[in-house]
Amino acid sequence: MANGVVVPNEYQYGFSKPENYVFKSRKGLDRSVVEQISSMKSESEWMRGFRLRALEIFFGKKMPVWGADLSTINFDDIYYYIKPTDSQKKSWSDLPKEIKDTYDAIGIPEAEKKFLAGVTAQYESESVYHSFQKQWEDKGVIFLDMDSGLRQYPDLVKQYFGRAIPPADNKFASLNSAVWSGGSFVYVPPGVSVDIPLQAYFRINAANMGQFERTLIIVDEGAYVHYVEGCTAPVYTTDSLHAAVVEIFVKKGARCRYTTIQNWSANVYNLVTKRAFVEEEGTMEWVDGNIGSKITMKYPSCYLVGRGARGEVLSLALAGSGQHQDAGGKLMFLAPDTSGEIISKSVSHSGGQTSYRGLVKVIKNAERVKCNVRCDALILDELSRSDTYPTMQVAEDNVRIGHEASVSRIDAEQLFYLMSRGLSEIEATSLIVNGFIEPIVKELPLEYAVELNRLIQLNMEGAVG
Amino acid sequence: MVYRLSELQLFSKLSSVTGNLGRNPPKNQKKAMKLIIKNLKAGTGGQEILKGVNLQIRPGEIHVLMGPNGSGKSTLAQVIAGHPSYKVDGGQLTVDGKDIGKLTPDKRARVGIFLGFQHPVEVPGVSVFNMLRRAKQAIGSSTTSRVLPRKALPPSQSVSGLTEIPSSAVPPSASPAKGHNLSRFRQELLEYASSLKLGEDFLRRSLNEGFSGGEKKRNEILQMMALAPKLVILDEIDSGLDIDGLKVVASAIEQFIAHSPQSSVILITHYARILKYLKPDFVHVMVDGKIVKSGKMNLAKKIEERGYNAWQTV
Repeated sequence: MANGVVVPNEYQYGFSKPENYVFKSRKGLDRSVVEQISSMKSESEWMRGFRLRALEIFFGKKMPVWGADLSTINFDDIYYYIKPTDSQKKSWSDLPKEIKDTYDAIGIPEAEKKFLAGVTAQYESESVYHSFQKQWEDKGVIFLDMDSGLRQYPDLVKQYFGRAIPPADNKFASLNSAVWSGGSFVYVPPGVSVDIPLQAYFRINAANMGQFERTLIIVDEGAYVHYVEGCTAPVYTTDSLHAAVVEIFVKKGARCRYTTIQNWSANVYNLVTKRAFVEEEGTMEWVDGNIGSKITMKYPSCYLVGRGARGEVLSLALAGSGQHQDAGGKLMFLAPDTSGEIISKSVSHSGGQTSYRGLVKVIKNAERVKCNVRCDALILDELSRSDTYPTMQVAEDNVRIGHEASVSRIDAEQLFYLMSRGLSEIEATSLIVNGFIEPIVKELPLEYAVELNRLIQLNMEGAVG
Repeated sequence: MVYRLSELQLFSKLSSVTGNLGRNPPKNQKKAMKLIIKNLKAGTGGQEILKGVNLQIRPGEIHVLMGPNGSGKSTLAQVIAGHPSYKVDGGQLTVDGKDIGKLTPDKRARVGIFLGFQHPVEVPGVSVFNMLRRAKQAIGSSTTSRVLPRKALPPSQSVSGLTEIPSSAVPPSASPAKGHNLSRFRQELLEYASSLKLGEDFLRRSLNEGFSGGEKKRNEILQMMALAPKLVILDEIDSGLDIDGLKVVASAIEQFIAHSPQSSVILITHYARILKYLKPDFVHVMVDGKIVKSGKMNLAKKIEERGYNAWQTV
């Protein structure tokens, strides 16, 4: 323990796991830090080897330069492993005022505020979670944090871990593979339909919202699950890099929906790799909302490997001052009769920048593929910008592929119409913006939709007048 | 759209009943507004369209504004409502003695001005209900001004599955004015919609998106009924309506007038046909940015017979 400090567990709320303690690795990254993480977690030789191989790949890869500007990330100035309970050391009074004000304005309950702010590591819905957990367990559903999942189901995890997103996929996937911690492990047995969304929110445990979380979801044949991650309230963190990996396996005839609303504080680089493998007649739906962070690069993807598989990506991006949301989606049509859709809605204001980046790939012999891409951008002022980078690689002739894109500004006639009904310019603008993103918002759980609408009104108050 | 005659007859009976009731509004209701337009000159893109308009609208009056295409009728309507594209170059717009010429459109709406658009604007993703809920909050009308008599709706209609945000979810700053009950407002809107022969799902639809010409016009009237303005300007509300649609709309306007006897109406139209249903106090003819002739009902008849030639040759 030359590099870290271990202190006894001071976790006082009774939900912590016995082996929890506060620990922080030193800044910077090398082999010894990765070895330390693995030994802290008492991992098997297999995972230790996986991490170390990933680290070598990370060192060997150049920073991607094709997207947002990542040149200011300093890998030597980052803590790669912090035991979650450490975050309790933060106090409410340390929080920036604008974060507190936003919590108040969107009406987040006190207990949740403290969790979101990282002041406490759990909040009271834990008891709600436990009653759900009982129902899930009875059906054979596994819903654990990734570390526990690896410990309790090593063979199942080993079979899928790193198979959708290998460490060599990209620099941040290799970084995550080397230093991952937290995230969720979900397994839904054949034919089981989980009728309420599994929310990372419920099983609150700061591990879920770590910097390098790793989530693995397996939806077995004919099963259904909706997994919800994140929240609309701003999540305050002093960590500047969030590089998560989410791997999903949708088996024959199964369906998975994965909903994300990220609202990281404005200092965070949010560089996340999300990918689903979808087998015959399976369906994967990504609902991906990006509101916070300094820079986000995230393109949830569906590899449609079985006949008749379907993939959908609904992407929402809101960029204000100092933000660049580089988002979109990827659909890989690798079998006949597969279908998919990408719908992207982005709003930029107050100098913010949004980019839509999408890939549609159809391999030879993937006949009768149907694909529809639609990306709409709304730019609220002269300072803001939006770009579109659609890529199509189609090697099969017998396909139907549509692509539509639009860039618009707030329409003066719409504004006048609504204002003539008594709405102020801010109210009218936020109503128009809410209407613009409505096709995606209506797919969100209600409480998220409500908070998002309020959040947009808040943003518009900063943007207009 | 076809309506059975019996329904229409029933409807007009109903309206005559409410009409009688409506003539005795509560005394404390401040619904009156006097608009004076003095030598108003306005235009857009350097082109003068209004060349000195004079008009006085007193509480409770119904004015009809007629005139050939391009004479400036719609411009006048938009300038009164505060459209930012028009520049006022001279003259005055006053409400109860106060100059409203500098007010933004929302402030004019709060004063009590309502413009029924000739070409209502589509706002995708914003439901009729959501817009009206916010508009009602913004205007802050504390007195619920019922245009229709209260009648029991079947339960299926009162809980018509509006997928709106529950009122409890509205932040305090945006919550409805005290005593203004959201579900009652919704109920009212459903009644207005039904009186305009608009379906139950109408409130849930995106504002004007995919509406037929007739639906757009009826939606303007629905908004008028919901917001209960003091001065209503209806810009060619009768165009794009078939005869049944025209009757329904005219009947709704009639009821509005009957219920709000202090509210005044400016009706812009090309045709005298709507005047079969609505009896104006004054008829004005606008040609080339000026009101060239004012009169009573018989002026509209004259125009219908002879057109505008008499004034255009000037």
